[in-house]
Amino acid sequence: MITLQHLMALSGLLFALSVAGIFINRKNVILLLMCIELLLLAANFNFVAFSRYLGNVDGQVFVFFILTVAAAESAIGLAILVVLFRERRSINVGELSTLKG
Amino acid sequence: MLVQILFYLFGAVLVVSGLGVITARNPVHAALSLVLAFVTSAAIWLLIEAEFLAIVLVLVYVGAVMVLFLFVVMMLDINLAKVREGFTRFAWLGGIVALVVAAEIIGVVVVRKFGLDVDRGFIGLPADYSNTHELGELLYTRYLYPFELAAMLLLVAIVAAIVLTLRHRKGLKVQDINAQVATRREDRVRIVKVDADPERRR
Repeated sequence: MITLQHLMALSGLLFALSVAGIFINRKNVILLLMCIELLLLAANFNFVAFSRYLGNVDGQVFVFFILTVAAAESAIGLAILVVLFRERRSINVGELSTLKG
Repeated sequence: MLVQILFYLFGAVLVVSGLGVITARNPVHAALSLVLAFVTSAAIWLLIEAEFLAIVLVLVYVGAVMVLFLFVVMMLDINLAKVREGFTRFAWLGGIVALVVAAEIIGVVVVRKFGLDVDRGFIGLPADYSNTHELGELLYTRYLYPFELAAMLLLVAIVAAIVLTLRHRKGLKVQDINAQVATRREDRVRIVKVDADPERRR
């Protein structure tokens, strides 16, 4: 039998992996976007698990909305990435220092 | 028992594919690992009887978002060596952060258990239960406004993505509607008096 803990431990592992991915791939915008997708997936796991644990479908509705927002976010992120590549011919985060912040 | 074996199998595949996403040398391989991660997550959601979301995850994520990712990754000509620099330099930091985050989350989830009776597992569902029906009923009643807002958000995202990537190239032969509408008779037609007799015209 799968319990709530199984799923939450799995989602915790996935979350930790994607946070590590953001640290490791800090130069590559595409991989950063992919890590954010993985992070949102790990968060969705918790919503689904608690929704099933409590027998309440509302959690799954929230997953639905998170999926919508994540899809919109990745579409706009990729559009920005394409424009960035067209301007700079590179997607290296280290070279995006025009503002000198 | 079978469900548990399947859960561990899919969980292992999920973690390995997650590792593949963050360590892949080639962004295309990372995107394909992410596809595998989404498909195995959908399988796990099927195991805990959240069917609709599992199918939506495959359709929306694997079918649309990841195809978009792959399209962009393959379209851009990325200098891999330059982008990869600093990978080993930050790998230990990433590893430490991952260990801390995983230890904290699993500590909270497995040791503290939120004071819940987590060992009872998930609530059993009747055989004629329809996950899609339940979700649809909620979406079109209690969550109607958020649902409409989500639709608006997608529309705004479409417009934003198109406007961002729209490019006006120089020297392209296209209609200029403004100029066409604003044109006057004098710009186009010139009336010339011509004598009908060819002899006199000379």
